[in-house]
Amino acid sequence: MPQIDLGSIDYAILGVYFAFVLGIGWVVRRYVRGSEDFFLAGRSMPAWIAGLAFLSANLGAQEVIGMAASGAKYGMMTSHFYWLGAIPAMVFVGVFMMPFYYGSRARSVPEYLKLRFDEKTRGFNAITFAGMTVLSSGISMYALAKLLELVLGWNFHMSVGLSALIVLAYIFLGGLTSAIYNEVLQFFLIVLGFLPLVLLGLRDVGGWDGLTARLSTVATNAGYPEGAWSSSWRHLDSAASNPMGVEWFGLAMGLGFVLSFGYWCTDFLVVQRAMAAESMTAARRTPLLAAIPKMLFPALVIVPGMIAIALHATTPGGLLPAGPDGTPNYNLAVPVMLAHYLPSGLLGLGLTALMASFMSGMAGNVTAFNTVWTYDIYQSYIRPGQTDRHYLRMGHAATVFGILLSVIAAYAATRFNNIMDMLQLIFAFVNAPLFATFLLGMFWRRATGHGAFFGLLAGTGAAAVHHGLVISQGAPVGLKGGFLGTLLHTYPSEMAQNFWTAIIAWTTCFVATIAISLLTARNKSDDDLKGLVYSLTPRQQDAALPWHKRPATLGVIVLGLTLVLNIMFW
Amino acid sequence: MKLDLRLPIGLMFSIFGVMLLGFGVISDAAIYQRSLGINVNLWWGVVLLIFGLVMLGFALRARGAERGTP
Repeated sequence: MPQIDLGSIDYAILGVYFAFVLGIGWVVRRYVRGSEDFFLAGRSMPAWIAGLAFLSANLGAQEVIGMAASGAKYGMMTSHFYWLGAIPAMVFVGVFMMPFYYGSRARSVPEYLKLRFDEKTRGFNAITFAGMTVLSSGISMYALAKLLELVLGWNFHMSVGLSALIVLAYIFLGGLTSAIYNEVLQFFLIVLGFLPLVLLGLRDVGGWDGLTARLSTVATNAGYPEGAWSSSWRHLDSAASNPMGVEWFGLAMGLGFVLSFGYWCTDFLVVQRAMAAESMTAARRTPLLAAIPKMLFPALVIVPGMIAIALHATTPGGLLPAGPDGTPNYNLAVPVMLAHYLPSGLLGLGLTALMASFMSGMAGNVTAFNTVWTYDIYQSYIRPGQTDRHYLRMGHAATVFGILLSVIAAYAATRFNNIMDMLQLIFAFVNAPLFATFLLGMFWRRATGHGAFFGLLAGTGAAAVHHGLVISQGAPVGLKGGFLGTLLHTYPSEMAQNFWTAIIAWTTCFVATIAISLLTARNKSDDDLKGLVYSLTPRQQDAALPWHKRPATLGVIVLGLTLVLNIMFW
Repeated sequence: MKLDLRLPIGLMFSIFGVMLLGFGVISDAAIYQRSLGINVNLWWGVVLLIFGLVMLGFALRARGAERGTP
């Protein structure tokens, strides 16, 4: 694709943004007195700030680029990641899970596992989680630097170095407070930076109706029913009638239940933001307030991809450059659209928004990493019983080497693509069953430490075995599946394969945890489990709160609005 | 009292608004061909400036209230 030339106004906008990000870090550095200030922002965030940070930390560059790419590749069905997956899960974590996370005063998700189950379950979760955060921030750094190299001609080393240094500086100065404040700034920047692109694109293709008409060409050209790209539910009766290659059950169970609930309810990267809230009610409202903008995000991140593929199909010569295998390079949908519609000035704002999304995602990973490292690995296994100052210093050091490890991972990704893919796959196997452990842990007091630990291992193993016995259509045997030699099933798409891997891992972990728990003795008495298990925790009394502050009421409203959106874009 | 976050948000978007608006006034009309002939810098600059000023307004009002008006 032709390179984009930036004018001085574009660089000036980027420069102003960097100045503000660093400035916030500089101002909030004085709030950091002890380790809880650094790792949990002193548990002092109002719900709206924690909520927007909750949203922003998840909205990394890979999310923005990847959702637009999926919008181009699968069309409106991509909205299920939001309206079927994320939103119900966010309501669940706010209404049902936050009372245990926040009420137990655990400082991290692994620490909750230790309080609820035992040391080995915590250790397993802490170590895999720490590895995963470093790896994913490295990979997104790699992806961003590659993209900037491709579309702007920026030097790869400079992009990696500069972005790492800025994120390092503001987290080092202000810890989680600085990360959260910047995430809120980044949230507004992402919305206001991408919105003009969506508005111009929709105007150009003739609004939603014009877009639907063009997308029916895309669908029929690819051999699918006319509305395959512009409706979310209508073509889910069989895997063959939609581009995602899934049917409703695999989608609802795999994506809607296991993967989404697993991510939003157990991933410390997002849960940490709610743990930083100023009170129990604020912590419970954090994911619910985040869900309200979240449900509108498909317009911001998926629609640009849909417009890109619509223009691609109806413009002579196409719009998206072809990838190595001849199909359009969907990952370039966002930069191509930026270059297509935005003149110098707004282009700078759009690119700054892209940088902001990258930084919020990376800072999310780094702050989650330094907390889990310091509290759950260093304080637990390496040097327990030190002063709070000691752990605060360790937090600063962990920020530095966490970012250093991310940079190493970014460079490793350029040289050993296979190892990176393999690591990512292993982490996916570890994550898939995790939600079963939490569900049983929070709602069944009989679940034991051995049950949780060996259930997790069984679930992870089941994920690996399933992945090794199946493959998606046209994929080479190896990392993409089939590595165990025999092929039991061929899925129509990689996505369907992943959904079913998750379903099998979750079910195995759920059944194994129950079975092993029943065979082993309880290691925690009812007294130990107060505040950690639903039936042993006093209900939250919300009657005194005004209706708009009651988590259950908010949850019902959010779910109702999401249902309306699902029906509107049926 | 911690930093009122509306202050830096308001300030940053006001600056962006002024920059885009100013650039929209002085820039050559030819660059707006790709944005369907609309001077998007000018219009979006106005939007950002309004957003920034509203945020600043809230922040300053909160600050005034905290100082204790009679």
